[in-house]
Amino acid sequence: MAEKNEPLLEVRHLEKHFPVRRGLMRRTQGYVKAVDDVTLSFAKGETVGLVGESGCGKTTTGRSILRLIAPTSGEILFSSKELARDGEATRRVNVADLPDEDLRRLRRDMQIIFQDPYTSLDPRMAVADLVGEPLYVHGIARGSELRDRVESLLIAVGLSADHMQRFPHEFSGGQRQRIGIARALALRPQFIVADEPISALDVSIQAQVVTLLQDLQEEFDLTYLVVTHDLTVVRYMSDRVAVMYLGQIVEIAKSEELFEHPRHPYTEALLSAIPVPDPKTRVNQILLEGDVPSPLNPPSGCRFHTRCRYAKDICRKENPEFRAMGEEHYSACHFAETLPLKPFGKS
Amino acid sequence: MPLLDVHDLQVHFNTDAGVVRAVKGVSFSVERGKTLAVVGESGCGKSVTAMAIMRLVKAPGRIAGGKMLFSVDGTTTDLSALEPMGPEMRGIRGNQMAMIFQEPMTSLNPVHTIGHQIMEPIMLHQGLGKRAARTRAIEMLQAVGIPAAESRIDDYPHNLSGGMRQRVVIAMALSCNPSLIIADEPTTALDVTIQAQVLKLMNDLRERSGSSIVFITHDLGVVAQMADDVIVMYLGQIVEKANVEELFRDPQHPYTQGLMNSIPSMAIGKTERLEPIKGSVPNPLSLFQGCAFAERCPHVMDKCRAHEPPLKETSTGHLAACWL
Repeated sequence: MAEKNEPLLEVRHLEKHFPVRRGLMRRTQGYVKAVDDVTLSFAKGETVGLVGESGCGKTTTGRSILRLIAPTSGEILFSSKELARDGEATRRVNVADLPDEDLRRLRRDMQIIFQDPYTSLDPRMAVADLVGEPLYVHGIARGSELRDRVESLLIAVGLSADHMQRFPHEFSGGQRQRIGIARALALRPQFIVADEPISALDVSIQAQVVTLLQDLQEEFDLTYLVVTHDLTVVRYMSDRVAVMYLGQIVEIAKSEELFEHPRHPYTEALLSAIPVPDPKTRVNQILLEGDVPSPLNPPSGCRFHTRCRYAKDICRKENPEFRAMGEEHYSACHFAETLPLKPFGKS
Repeated sequence: MPLLDVHDLQVHFNTDAGVVRAVKGVSFSVERGKTLAVVGESGCGKSVTAMAIMRLVKAPGRIAGGKMLFSVDGTTTDLSALEPMGPEMRGIRGNQMAMIFQEPMTSLNPVHTIGHQIMEPIMLHQGLGKRAARTRAIEMLQAVGIPAAESRIDDYPHNLSGGMRQRVVIAMALSCNPSLIIADEPTTALDVTIQAQVLKLMNDLRERSGSSIVFITHDLGVVAQMADDVIVMYLGQIVEKANVEELFRDPQHPYTQGLMNSIPSMAIGKTERLEPIKGSVPNPLSLFQGCAFAERCPHVMDKCRAHEPPLKETSTGHLAACWL
């Protein structure tokens, strides 16, 4: 039995290393540590945002948690309803070392919404089959019951029963994303990874999908990991936000707290780069120069020191400890306690 | 006289399913040294407008009407009257007028070095020799903030990161000192940190050179940071036009208001709910009477479905096409 207040999902020391092979013999020349010691927990019904620049490992983290990519090491502890035995409400399992058969059943508990609704739906399948496939594969419904379930799913995501026999190309981007969401919801999962769910959509449609995800969360008691590079969306959707840089989480805090009181120079720099939609607050200061260093040879010490405007000697030598700054606020910076960092919208 | 005066521009695409009127009578002007932002969603005609100004609209598209008066060095040319691939237009395009595209990987040629690609317009338009063009290309790379420009000039596009590639595209666009730069979603493919660097670079370069920028984007945050004047487009038409402070202080068209209510950073925090615009952009082939936005508008009246509202001045310099 799950203990009270135990998080739905706990990710501990998750690592994913990709070998880099070069040359004629394809010998392994080194490893890209795409995810390097990530620890993160999710309370039931919570939305956690994961942000960072391209290549920081946020997508790999999301996919490793679902074991769509096999993690190199670490634990992913999840309270599964699906794998519960007689008399149990849930069973605590380690997703990282689950046997294949259990993993397949676990998919009913954990799902993903992909970024691009143009490539994530099979163009030759009608909507009824796209949304019904998970139900069919898991042997949950057949025939007219399947039809009814698909219909109610389509209505839940704001489409209609008339859409059942249509194909993806007949829909707009926003509608396709709704189909993808219906498909993810079909198995009544507890936990959903939304990987850049609105990046490919138009502004007015983005807001529709964001509010849909919020409504569904309430209706189905969902827990979300929202992976995105869009910080304003993350602020709006998330309870807590984790900031990732070169495979590591450098700061995590409650959403408002992170935007109002950042405790890591990288967070400050990210916040300063968001274009403020107010012509009276023109930001002319660039806090972050250059690009993300190669993850193949990450910098020594604190990985951010090469771009950090506050970097001192110690930053080049020692990796800072990820430590508590306050209630549910953690930062990995040697000077997190003392630096006068600026909140969002002020610079 | 403004640098560019577009009057009643119409662009049509002849397709098997009928004529798509992508741009339906759009008028605006670009002032010297100013940035005009063109805002709208996919299919609103903002990119087609840009391509029409550059005379790069390809068949089955064609300019079906209107004038585009471009005034440089005391002479005014109607771009719409020029042969798209004729000598006059080729003398203007890339020289007095240049374009920055969204996707830096697809707007650079992968088989040529970046130096080669920056030198090409310089040699063509400025008549410089190879050596002088190379020196100028290095200067341009330095101006856009590429470190070690002397060696990077011999790199191929694949050697560079996304932000660096977009800098190269900007260097290429600026190499002949154009009076008008058209930037079509130049930062959409970039990370927010790199976007901030590129936006600052464009502002700095504009201040230094006095060029004008037409900045096409769907991001109102970017508009607020970059623009002097703004036009909002919906289904091939301008629905609102104002200077940037005025537009954000008092958006008048329900579509503009809807766009502003759709961005989370304005409705701060989780407590306030976003108010999305309902529905989606209608098929451009569908013919309808009245206001194009009527079906999605929260304030729609009978009049809106019967008659198309004209773009009229609601306060000084602020125009909106709405019956309200």
